[in-house]
Amino acid sequence: MCATCGCTDDLGELGDLGQPGEPDLPGHDHGHEHDHDHDHEYPHDDGRTVTLQQKILAKNDDLAQRNREWLRERGILAINLMSSPGSGKTTLLERTSEDLAGKLALSVIEGDQETDLDADRIRSAGCEVVQINTGAGCHLDAAMVARALRTLNPPAGSAVLIENVGNLVCPALFDLGETARVVLASVTEGTDKPLKYPHMFRSADLVVITKTDLGPYVNFDAGRFGACVGQVSPRAMTISLSAVTGSGMASWSGWLTSMVPGPAH
Amino acid sequence: MHELAIAEGLVDAVTERLPGQKISEVRLEIGALSGVVADSLLFCFDLATEGTTLEGASLQITEPGIQCECRACRVIFAPEDPGGPGGPILLCPCGSADVKVLSGQQLTITSVRVA
Repeated sequence: MCATCGCTDDLGELGDLGQPGEPDLPGHDHGHEHDHDHDHEYPHDDGRTVTLQQKILAKNDDLAQRNREWLRERGILAINLMSSPGSGKTTLLERTSEDLAGKLALSVIEGDQETDLDADRIRSAGCEVVQINTGAGCHLDAAMVARALRTLNPPAGSAVLIENVGNLVCPALFDLGETARVVLASVTEGTDKPLKYPHMFRSADLVVITKTDLGPYVNFDAGRFGACVGQVSPRAMTISLSAVTGSGMASWSGWLTSMVPGPAH
Repeated sequence: MHELAIAEGLVDAVTERLPGQKISEVRLEIGALSGVVADSLLFCFDLATEGTTLEGASLQITEPGIQCECRACRVIFAPEDPGGPGGPILLCPCGSADVKVLSGQQLTITSVRVA
C-alpha cells in the first residue's frame, strides 16, 4: 500500500484501472509530491489495506492459554476427551471415578448439546461435575471451559476430565487449555476411523480403544486399527480397555495418574 | 459445522483490531490441513458478519501448500493432496509417516481492507 495516499499496489485491484497518461501498470509509480485537495486523475479506491497476520482463532487460543496457566499454577491436570457419540466416554469416566476413589481427586466437565443426563451419571459415581450445554454448538471452546473451571474450583493436585461434545470433527480445532488430548474409539466403530477423521486423531496424545469386551463379536482387528493410528498420528500412545470388565483400566488409570503435575506424582 | 464459530472468531478478531471501521474485504489463508472448509466458511461469513462492520465485505481465501519435515530422514517435502487418492496420510518419500507439518495448518487473517 502506498503510505502517502493509501492507494494500493495490489495489481489485482488496480490492473484494469490504468488511464491514458498514467504510468503503465504494473509499475504504478508513486510520486506524490501533491497534496490531497484535488481529484485523482485515475479512479481511486479510497480504502486502505491493513495487514493483520493474525490467527482467526487467536481469541480462543488466548483464553485457552489462560486456562492452561490457571491450571498449571494449581498443579491441576486437564484432559480433553474427544470421540464420536456413543464410544463410551461417560462410561469410562464413571468407571475411572470408582477405580481412583481415594487415590486421585477427579472432577468432570460434561459437554453435550442438550440435557444433564451425563452430569447425573457422573454425580452418581461420586464425582464433582459441571454440565455445559452447547445448544446448537458442536464443540466446547476455551471460554466455556474457563467458566466451568471457576464453578468447579478443583483442588490443587487433582485431575479435571473434560468430556467434549461427541463429534470427531469440530472439537479438534479448539484448544481448551488442556494438558493432553485423548481420543476414544470403540471397537464397534471399526478400524478405519483414524483415516476417516485424521484431524482429530492427528491431534491426539493418547488414543483409547474402548469396549474391547465386544471385540470378538464385531471382528475388531486391533492390529489394523493400530496401523491406521500410526499412519496419521505416529507419536500417539494407545491403550485398549473395557470399562465393563475392567480390562486395561489399570493402564488408563496409571497413565492418568502419571500425568498429574506436582511433587506428589 | 464449526465454520460458523470460525466466522464468528474472524469477526471478533477484526472488530477488536479495527473497532468501528467499515471493512470492505477480508483476506484469509486457510491451509488444507486446517480442518476448515472454505466453501462452508463462505456460507457462514454472511451470517456472522450481519450487523457488524464487516457486513457486505468480500472474502478472499488463499490456500497455502502443504509442507512437511520428516522426523526420520529430516527431508522437507510436499506430500500428496490429503484429499487425493493417497488419502489423509502425510507420508515421506522414505516411507515414514512421522512428520512435522511446517505449512498447511494456517487459519490466518492476512489483511483487511478498510473502506
